[in-house]
Amino acid sequence: MSRQSNRTTDNKKMSSELFTLTYGALVTQLCKDYENDEEVNKQLDKMGYNIGVRLIEDFLARSTIGRCQDFRETADIIAKVAFKMYLGITPSVTNWSPAGDEFSLILENNPLADFVELPDNHNTLIYSNLLSGVLRGALEMVQMAVDVKFVQDTLRGDNVTEIRMKFIKRIEENLPAGEE
Amino acid sequence: MRDILVQSQYQLVAVLHQFVVCQPQLSKQKKEKEKRLAATDRAVCISVLEAMGFRVGQGLIERLTRDSPSFKDELDIMKFVCKDFWTKVFRRQVDNLRTNHQGTYVLQDNKFALLTQLSNGKQYLDQAPKYLAFSCGVVRGALSNLGLESVVTAEVSSMPSCKFQVVIQKS
Repeated sequence: MSRQSNRTTDNKKMSSELFTLTYGALVTQLCKDYENDEEVNKQLDKMGYNIGVRLIEDFLARSTIGRCQDFRETADIIAKVAFKMYLGITPSVTNWSPAGDEFSLILENNPLADFVELPDNHNTLIYSNLLSGVLRGALEMVQMAVDVKFVQDTLRGDNVTEIRMKFIKRIEENLPAGEE
Repeated sequence: MRDILVQSQYQLVAVLHQFVVCQPQLSKQKKEKEKRLAATDRAVCISVLEAMGFRVGQGLIERLTRDSPSFKDELDIMKFVCKDFWTKVFRRQVDNLRTNHQGTYVLQDNKFALLTQLSNGKQYLDQAPKYLAFSCGVVRGALSNLGLESVVTAEVSSMPSCKFQVVIQKS
Protein backbone atom coordinates (compact mmCIF):
# COMPACT_ATOMS: atom_id res chain seq x y z
CA MET A 1 0.00 0.00 0.00
CA SER A 2 2.96 2.32 -0.49
CA ARG A 3 2.50 5.42 -2.54
CA GLN A 4 6.12 6.43 -2.87
CA SER A 5 5.88 8.03 -6.27
CA ASN A 6 3.03 10.35 -5.34
CA ARG A 7 4.44 11.30 -1.97
CA THR A 8 5.44 14.89 -2.76
CA THR A 9 2.38 15.88 -4.76
CA ASP A 10 0.16 14.22 -2.17
CA ASN A 11 1.89 16.19 0.56
CA LYS A 12 1.30 19.43 -1.27
CA LYS A 13 -2.35 18.61 -1.93
CA MET A 14 -2.83 17.54 1.64
CA SER A 15 -1.26 20.70 2.98
CA SER A 16 -3.58 22.80 0.90
CA GLU A 17 -6.59 20.72 1.93
CA LEU A 18 -5.63 21.04 5.57
CA PHE A 19 -5.32 24.77 5.02
CA THR A 20 -8.64 25.01 3.20
CA LEU A 21 -10.48 23.04 5.85
CA THR A 22 -8.85 24.92 8.71
CA TYR A 23 -9.70 28.24 7.07
CA GLY A 24 -13.26 27.08 6.60
CA ALA A 25 -13.53 26.12 10.25
CA LEU A 26 -12.14 29.52 11.18
CA VAL A 27 -14.63 31.48 9.06
CA THR A 28 -17.51 29.35 10.35
CA GLN A 29 -16.48 30.06 13.93
CA LEU A 30 -16.15 33.77 13.20
CA CYS A 31 -19.64 33.81 11.71
CA LYS A 32 -20.95 32.22 14.89
CA ASP A 33 -19.10 34.65 17.14
CA TYR A 34 -19.97 37.87 15.34
CA GLU A 35 -23.52 38.84 14.41
CA ASN A 36 -22.97 40.41 11.02
CA ASP A 37 -20.87 39.84 7.93
CA GLU A 38 -19.23 43.26 8.10
CA GLU A 39 -17.68 42.40 11.45
CA VAL A 40 -16.46 39.07 10.13
CA ASN A 41 -14.93 40.77 7.10
CA LYS A 42 -13.15 43.21 9.37
CA GLN A 43 -11.83 40.46 11.61
CA LEU A 44 -10.58 38.46 8.66
CA ASP A 45 -8.82 41.53 7.33
CA LYS A 46 -7.23 42.19 10.71
CA MET A 47 -6.04 38.61 11.05
CA GLY A 48 -4.76 38.67 7.52
CA TYR A 49 -2.85 41.86 8.26
CA ASN A 50 -1.14 40.25 11.26
CA ILE A 51 -0.30 37.19 9.22
CA GLY A 52 1.01 39.35 6.37
CA VAL A 53 3.46 41.36 8.47
CA ARG A 54 5.10 38.09 9.51
CA LEU A 55 4.67 36.19 6.30
CA ILE A 56 6.67 38.74 4.33
CA GLU A 57 9.77 37.80 6.30
CA ASP A 58 9.21 34.14 5.61
CA PHE A 59 8.69 34.96 1.95
CA LEU A 60 11.85 37.03 1.66
CA ALA A 61 13.84 34.37 3.43
CA ARG A 62 12.64 31.57 1.17
CA SER A 63 12.74 33.34 -2.16
CA THR A 64 15.89 35.20 -3.07
CA ILE A 65 14.07 38.16 -4.53
CA GLY A 66 15.67 41.54 -4.03
CA ARG A 67 13.94 44.91 -3.91
CA CYS A 68 11.38 45.59 -6.61
CA GLN A 69 12.05 48.55 -8.88
CA ASP A 70 8.45 49.57 -9.45
CA PHE A 71 4.86 48.63 -8.82
CA ARG A 72 4.67 46.50 -11.96
CA GLU A 73 7.50 44.35 -10.74
CA THR A 74 5.82 44.09 -7.36
CA ALA A 75 2.65 42.87 -9.03
CA ASP A 76 4.54 40.23 -10.97
CA ILE A 77 6.37 38.97 -7.91
CA ILE A 78 3.14 38.77 -5.93
CA ALA A 79 1.38 36.81 -8.64
CA LYS A 80 4.17 34.58 -9.91
CA VAL A 81 6.25 33.93 -6.81
CA ALA A 82 4.29 34.64 -3.65
CA PHE A 83 0.94 33.17 -4.63
CA LYS A 84 2.66 30.20 -6.20
CA MET A 85 4.74 29.61 -3.12
CA TYR A 86 1.98 29.78 -0.56
CA LEU A 87 -1.20 28.86 -2.36
CA GLY A 88 0.08 26.90 -5.33
CA ILE A 89 -1.71 29.05 -7.89
CA THR A 90 -0.55 31.79 -10.24
CA PRO A 91 -3.14 34.53 -10.69
CA SER A 92 -2.88 36.75 -13.75
CA VAL A 93 -2.11 40.43 -13.50
CA THR A 94 -4.44 42.57 -15.61
CA ASN A 95 -6.44 45.80 -15.81
CA TRP A 96 -3.64 48.19 -15.17
CA SER A 97 -4.85 51.73 -14.62
CA PRO A 98 -3.39 54.38 -16.96
CA ALA A 99 -1.30 55.82 -14.15
CA GLY A 100 0.15 52.38 -13.41
CA ASP A 101 -0.86 52.44 -9.77
CA GLU A 102 -3.75 50.00 -9.81
CA PHE A 103 -4.06 46.45 -11.08
CA SER A 104 -6.18 43.36 -10.73
CA LEU A 105 -5.22 39.85 -9.77
CA ILE A 106 -7.49 37.34 -11.45
CA LEU A 107 -7.73 33.97 -9.73
CA GLU A 108 -9.34 31.26 -11.81
CA ASN A 109 -9.69 29.02 -8.80
CA ASN A 110 -9.34 30.07 -5.22
CA PRO A 111 -7.82 27.37 -3.00
CA LEU A 112 -9.25 29.00 0.11
CA ALA A 113 -12.75 28.44 -1.18
CA ASP A 114 -12.53 24.82 -2.32
CA PHE A 115 -15.64 22.89 -1.35
CA VAL A 116 -17.27 26.11 -0.09
CA GLU A 117 -20.75 27.41 -0.71
CA LEU A 118 -22.05 30.55 0.91
CA PRO A 119 -25.50 30.20 2.48
CA ASP A 120 -28.15 32.75 1.50
CA ASN A 121 -28.01 34.78 4.69
CA HIS A 122 -24.33 35.66 4.19
CA ASN A 123 -24.52 37.69 1.00
CA THR A 124 -22.06 40.36 2.04
CA LEU A 125 -19.46 38.01 3.46
CA ILE A 126 -16.11 38.28 1.73
CA TYR A 127 -14.99 34.74 2.42
CA SER A 128 -11.38 35.16 1.36
CA ASN A 129 -10.89 38.52 3.02
CA LEU A 130 -7.91 37.13 4.89
CA LEU A 131 -6.01 37.46 1.62
CA SER A 132 -6.56 41.21 1.40
CA GLY A 133 -5.21 41.62 4.90
CA VAL A 134 -2.19 39.46 4.13
CA LEU A 135 -1.34 41.46 1.02
CA ARG A 136 -1.80 44.76 2.80
CA GLY A 137 0.28 43.74 5.82
CA ALA A 138 3.06 42.19 3.81
CA LEU A 139 3.43 45.19 1.50
CA GLU A 140 3.34 47.60 4.41
CA MET A 141 6.44 45.89 5.76
CA VAL A 142 8.24 46.66 2.53
CA GLN A 143 7.28 50.31 2.69
CA MET A 144 4.24 50.24 0.42
CA ALA A 145 0.80 51.38 1.51
CA VAL A 146 -1.80 49.66 -0.64
CA ASP A 147 -5.52 49.33 -0.74
CA VAL A 148 -6.80 45.81 -1.47
CA LYS A 149 -10.38 45.00 -2.41
CA PHE A 150 -12.25 41.99 -3.67
CA VAL A 151 -14.07 43.08 -6.80
CA GLN A 152 -15.37 39.72 -7.97
CA ASP A 153 -15.82 36.50 -6.04
CA THR A 154 -16.68 33.05 -7.39
CA LEU A 155 -18.53 32.31 -4.18
CA ARG A 156 -20.94 35.10 -4.92
CA GLY A 157 -21.70 34.03 -8.44
CA ASP A 158 -18.94 35.64 -10.50
CA ASN A 159 -16.84 33.66 -12.96
CA VAL A 160 -13.52 34.50 -11.43
CA THR A 161 -12.18 35.97 -8.24
CA GLU A 162 -10.72 39.41 -8.83
CA ILE A 163 -8.62 41.30 -6.31
CA ARG A 164 -8.00 44.96 -7.03
CA MET A 165 -4.81 46.44 -5.62
CA LYS A 166 -4.13 50.14 -5.53
CA PHE A 167 -0.85 51.75 -4.61
CA ILE A 168 -1.43 54.60 -2.19
CA LYS A 169 2.00 55.80 -1.19
CA ARG A 170 5.48 54.85 -0.25
CA ILE A 171 5.89 54.64 3.52
CA GLU A 172 8.90 56.54 4.77
CA GLU A 173 10.91 54.82 7.44
CA ASN A 174 10.67 56.95 10.55
CA LEU A 175 13.63 56.93 12.84
CA PRO A 176 12.66 57.27 16.49
CA ALA A 177 13.04 60.83 17.76
CA GLY A 178 16.52 61.55 19.00
CA GLU A 179 18.27 59.12 16.70
CA GLU A 180 19.80 60.35 13.48
CA MET B 1 12.48 23.72 -5.21
CA ARG B 2 9.47 21.50 -4.73
CA ASP B 3 10.49 20.94 -1.15
CA ILE B 4 10.52 24.69 -0.59
CA LEU B 5 7.00 24.91 -2.00
CA VAL B 6 5.71 22.22 0.33
CA GLN B 7 7.43 23.80 3.30
CA SER B 8 6.02 27.23 2.53
CA GLN B 9 2.52 25.94 2.23
CA TYR B 10 2.83 24.12 5.49
CA GLN B 11 4.22 27.27 7.04
CA LEU B 12 1.01 28.97 5.98
CA VAL B 13 -0.99 26.27 7.73
CA ALA B 14 1.10 26.64 10.88
CA VAL B 15 0.68 30.41 10.90
CA LEU B 16 -3.05 30.14 10.32
CA HIS B 17 -3.23 27.67 13.16
CA GLN B 18 -1.65 30.21 15.50
CA PHE B 19 -4.42 32.62 14.61
CA VAL B 20 -7.12 30.01 14.88
CA VAL B 21 -5.93 29.40 18.44
CA CYS B 22 -6.14 33.07 19.38
CA GLN B 23 -9.54 33.61 17.81
CA PRO B 24 -11.96 32.18 20.41
CA GLN B 25 -10.26 34.21 23.09
CA LEU B 26 -10.58 37.45 21.15
CA SER B 27 -14.30 37.14 20.65
CA LYS B 28 -15.05 35.77 24.08
CA GLN B 29 -13.47 38.87 25.58
CA LYS B 30 -16.28 40.91 24.11
CA LYS B 31 -18.88 39.38 26.35
CA GLU B 32 -18.69 41.18 29.68
CA LYS B 33 -19.96 38.60 32.11
CA GLU B 34 -17.70 35.91 30.80
CA LYS B 35 -14.70 38.08 31.57
CA ARG B 36 -15.11 37.16 35.22
CA LEU B 37 -15.03 33.44 34.63
CA ALA B 38 -11.44 33.07 33.50
CA ALA B 39 -11.16 29.36 34.09
CA THR B 40 -14.44 28.54 32.36
CA ASP B 41 -13.33 30.83 29.54
CA ARG B 42 -10.29 28.73 28.93
CA ALA B 43 -12.24 25.50 28.93
CA VAL B 44 -14.79 26.93 26.52
CA CYS B 45 -12.05 28.17 24.20
CA ILE B 46 -10.40 24.80 24.21
CA SER B 47 -13.63 23.00 23.46
CA VAL B 48 -14.41 25.43 20.64
CA LEU B 49 -10.99 24.76 19.14
CA GLU B 50 -11.44 21.04 19.56
CA ALA B 51 -14.80 21.16 17.81
CA MET B 52 -13.25 23.04 14.88
CA GLY B 53 -10.55 20.41 14.67
CA PHE B 54 -13.15 17.67 14.74
CA ARG B 55 -14.86 18.89 11.59
CA VAL B 56 -11.52 19.41 9.85
CA GLY B 57 -10.37 15.91 10.81
CA GLN B 58 -13.54 14.38 9.42
CA GLY B 59 -13.05 16.13 6.10
CA LEU B 60 -9.36 15.27 5.88
CA ILE B 61 -9.79 11.58 6.53
CA GLU B 62 -12.53 11.38 3.90
CA ARG B 63 -10.17 12.82 1.31
CA LEU B 64 -7.26 10.70 2.40
CA THR B 65 -8.93 7.31 2.50
CA ARG B 66 -11.12 7.73 -0.56
CA ASP B 67 -9.40 4.98 -2.50
CA SER B 68 -8.03 2.83 0.30
CA PRO B 69 -9.36 -0.61 1.16
CA SER B 70 -11.10 -0.95 4.50
CA PHE B 71 -9.14 -1.60 7.67
CA LYS B 72 -8.74 -4.98 9.31
CA ASP B 73 -9.17 -3.92 12.91
CA GLU B 74 -8.76 -1.15 15.46
CA LEU B 75 -5.00 -1.53 15.66
CA ASP B 76 -4.75 -1.28 11.91
CA ILE B 77 -6.65 1.99 12.01
CA MET B 78 -4.39 3.38 14.74
CA LYS B 79 -1.30 2.39 12.79
CA PHE B 80 -2.71 4.16 9.77
CA VAL B 81 -3.33 7.27 11.86
CA CYS B 82 0.22 7.13 13.20
CA LYS B 83 1.85 6.69 9.83
CA ASP B 84 -0.07 7.92 6.80
CA PHE B 85 -2.46 10.34 8.46
CA TRP B 86 0.20 11.90 10.69
CA THR B 87 2.52 12.24 7.70
CA LYS B 88 -0.10 13.99 5.63
CA VAL B 89 -1.28 16.31 8.37
CA PHE B 90 1.78 16.89 10.57
CA ARG B 91 4.50 16.01 8.05
CA ARG B 92 6.16 13.31 10.10
CA GLN B 93 5.25 9.98 11.59
CA VAL B 94 4.38 9.34 15.19
CA ASP B 95 7.52 8.24 16.98
CA ASN B 96 6.01 5.82 19.41
CA LEU B 97 2.67 4.04 19.66
CA ARG B 98 1.75 2.22 22.83
CA THR B 99 -1.44 0.40 23.68
CA ASN B 100 -2.94 -1.68 26.40
CA HIS B 101 -4.86 -3.65 23.77
CA GLN B 102 -8.04 -2.63 25.50
CA GLY B 103 -8.87 0.53 23.62
CA THR B 104 -6.30 2.96 24.99
CA TYR B 105 -3.49 4.21 22.79
CA VAL B 106 -0.71 6.68 23.44
CA LEU B 107 0.84 8.37 20.42
CA GLN B 108 4.11 10.10 21.08
CA ASP B 109 5.46 12.70 18.70
CA ASN B 110 8.85 14.04 19.70
CA LYS B 111 8.84 16.97 17.36
CA PHE B 112 5.22 17.96 16.98
CA ALA B 113 4.94 20.28 14.01
CA LEU B 114 2.59 22.79 15.61
CA LEU B 115 4.71 23.15 18.75
CA THR B 116 8.18 23.53 17.26
CA GLN B 117 7.73 27.28 16.83
CA LEU B 118 6.56 27.76 20.41
CA SER B 119 9.49 26.68 22.49
CA ASN B 120 12.15 24.08 22.96
CA GLY B 121 11.71 22.96 26.52
CA LYS B 122 9.53 24.07 29.35
CA GLN B 123 8.89 27.68 28.38
CA TYR B 124 5.22 28.46 27.65
CA LEU B 125 4.22 25.02 28.88
CA ASP B 126 1.00 26.42 30.33
CA GLN B 127 0.02 27.77 26.91
CA ALA B 128 0.46 24.40 25.23
CA PRO B 129 -3.07 23.03 25.78
CA LYS B 130 -4.53 25.80 23.60
CA TYR B 131 -2.20 24.87 20.80
CA LEU B 132 -2.99 21.19 21.04
CA ALA B 133 -6.77 21.40 21.26
CA PHE B 134 -7.27 21.79 17.53
CA SER B 135 -5.00 18.82 16.76
CA CYS B 136 -6.81 16.63 19.30
CA GLY B 137 -10.00 17.50 17.49
CA VAL B 138 -8.46 16.61 14.15
CA VAL B 139 -7.49 13.17 15.43
CA ARG B 140 -10.88 12.62 17.03
CA GLY B 141 -12.66 13.68 13.84
CA ALA B 142 -10.54 11.37 11.72
CA LEU B 143 -11.22 8.40 13.99
CA SER B 144 -14.89 9.26 14.09
CA ASN B 145 -15.23 8.98 10.33
CA LEU B 146 -13.32 5.71 10.42
CA GLY B 147 -15.97 4.34 12.74
CA LEU B 148 -14.26 4.81 16.08
CA GLU B 149 -15.71 7.11 18.69
CA SER B 150 -12.95 8.28 20.99
CA VAL B 151 -11.74 10.77 23.52
CA VAL B 152 -8.46 12.39 22.57
CA THR B 153 -6.32 14.35 25.00
CA ALA B 154 -2.80 15.63 24.76
CA GLU B 155 -0.10 16.21 27.31
CA VAL B 156 3.19 17.97 27.04
CA SER B 157 6.06 17.81 29.49
CA SER B 158 8.70 19.35 27.33
CA MET B 159 8.12 20.96 23.96
CA PRO B 160 8.09 20.08 21.14
CA SER B 161 7.51 16.55 22.27
CA CYS B 162 3.94 15.63 23.14
CA LYS B 163 1.76 12.61 23.79
CA PHE B 164 -1.74 12.13 22.49
CA GLN B 165 -3.90 9.75 24.45
CA VAL B 166 -6.73 8.12 22.54
CA VAL B 167 -9.37 6.20 24.42
CA ILE B 168 -11.74 4.35 22.14
CA GLN B 169 -15.31 4.42 23.41
CA LYS B 170 -17.04 1.08 23.31
CA SER B 171 -20.69 1.47 22.44
